[in-house]
Amino acid sequence: MTETSETALAAEPLKRSGSWLHYYANPGRFLRLTRPTLPWLAAFSIALTAVGLVWGYAFAPADWEQGDAARIMYVHVPAAWVAMAGYAALAVCSFFSIIWRHPLADLAAEEIGPVGAGFTFVCLVSGSLWGKPMWGAYWVWDARLTSVLVLFFLYLGHIALIRAFDNPQHGYRAAAILALVGAVNLPIIVFSVQWWNTLHQGNTISFSGGSKIYVTMLYPLLIASLGFYLCFLTLVATRLCAAIMERRTGALLLAAAERSA
Amino acid sequence: MKARKKRRLYLVLACGIGLGSASALSLAAFSSTLTYFLAPRDVLQKHPAPGLSFRLGGIVQAGTVTTTITNGTPVTTFEVTDGQAAVPVTYSGVLPDLFREGQGVVAIGEMQRNGTTFSADEVLAKHGASYMPKDVEQALRSAGKWNPKYGPPPAAASWNTMAVKNSSS
Repeated sequence: MTETSETALAAEPLKRSGSWLHYYANPGRFLRLTRPTLPWLAAFSIALTAVGLVWGYAFAPADWEQGDAARIMYVHVPAAWVAMAGYAALAVCSFFSIIWRHPLADLAAEEIGPVGAGFTFVCLVSGSLWGKPMWGAYWVWDARLTSVLVLFFLYLGHIALIRAFDNPQHGYRAAAILALVGAVNLPIIVFSVQWWNTLHQGNTISFSGGSKIYVTMLYPLLIASLGFYLCFLTLVATRLCAAIMERRTGALLLAAAERSA
Repeated sequence: MKARKKRRLYLVLACGIGLGSASALSLAAFSSTLTYFLAPRDVLQKHPAPGLSFRLGGIVQAGTVTTTITNGTPVTTFEVTDGQAAVPVTYSGVLPDLFREGQGVVAIGEMQRNGTTFSADEVLAKHGASYMPKDVEQALRSAGKWNPKYGPPPAAASWNTMAVKNSSS
């Protein structure tokens, strides 16, 4: 089923509007372009994450008030950013899936889900472990914490829904609708600390200069964040390549079985 | 084929606008329930009935913290302020480590019968968004630019790259 749509897409002449989009949405072409870069991407993301975390945990100064407990931010903040960026990527894939029915967008959505859920889980657990010694509570139901928990459940719902149908196409449609509806949660997470009183602190990093963090703590945080983003990209790209190969193998085995029957 | 894609695009965009405005409206309508705590000025405006449980949040006013030990439990009284109003709070129990004058706190409890004092069952520390090493804090303090007792630090641009001794260790 997917194999036929793939070959149909590959054979299509590239003359329609937005053809670059169709050009790179071809799974075979994606595989040829991505697979050689994967080892480099993996090495680079691991190296960057390691530099950020070692700098943050061993060399950056402790906070004057929280002491070493503040160092949990070098995991918590990057994980939170990647969790949200991952969901945004999921929503974009779902948009392409619904409007243009790109097979690659469907596969990507299927592979982003578990990785994004993992990062969201890391964000929730690390924040909770920090909350007990600092706030005096592992969990409170304020707007920021609750909206991130909703994000985690949206990821879990997407993971379950996209695999819930015998016909994968039905799963792709339903999960894409869920992902797009859930995207309304993203601005709520981002602005929750500004719109309502929350126990969670407000934004530290500001893009217009004047971040409320000393420079020797900011640099490891930014490097660890870049490392986490690249790790997410590596994991999703690797899973996506594996998924495409799996479908190919399945189709080839099916064809061989039909020939011999 | 092309028309069908266009129709799907418009449909998705229309659904997005509808869903977005529906959520914006409901969030605005439930705004008071989504707020985790009331500031002292809200408390003075709304006068929550004694016995009605709510959360009070603000900064611990400098010079108002007194602790006495009664029957082996510490009883602390302090005032929570938002700069415009202050509400006296009494709490019996051990406070979180971060509790100090000038720190943000959220106290969970209710107003006493007299209607002016808040009696807290639980006190949580609300950490601010600023992160700085001890040297920077000491430098700001000795320059007279900030005393943590009186609230959050000055504008970040004035200290987030300031040169201090041992700032990298």
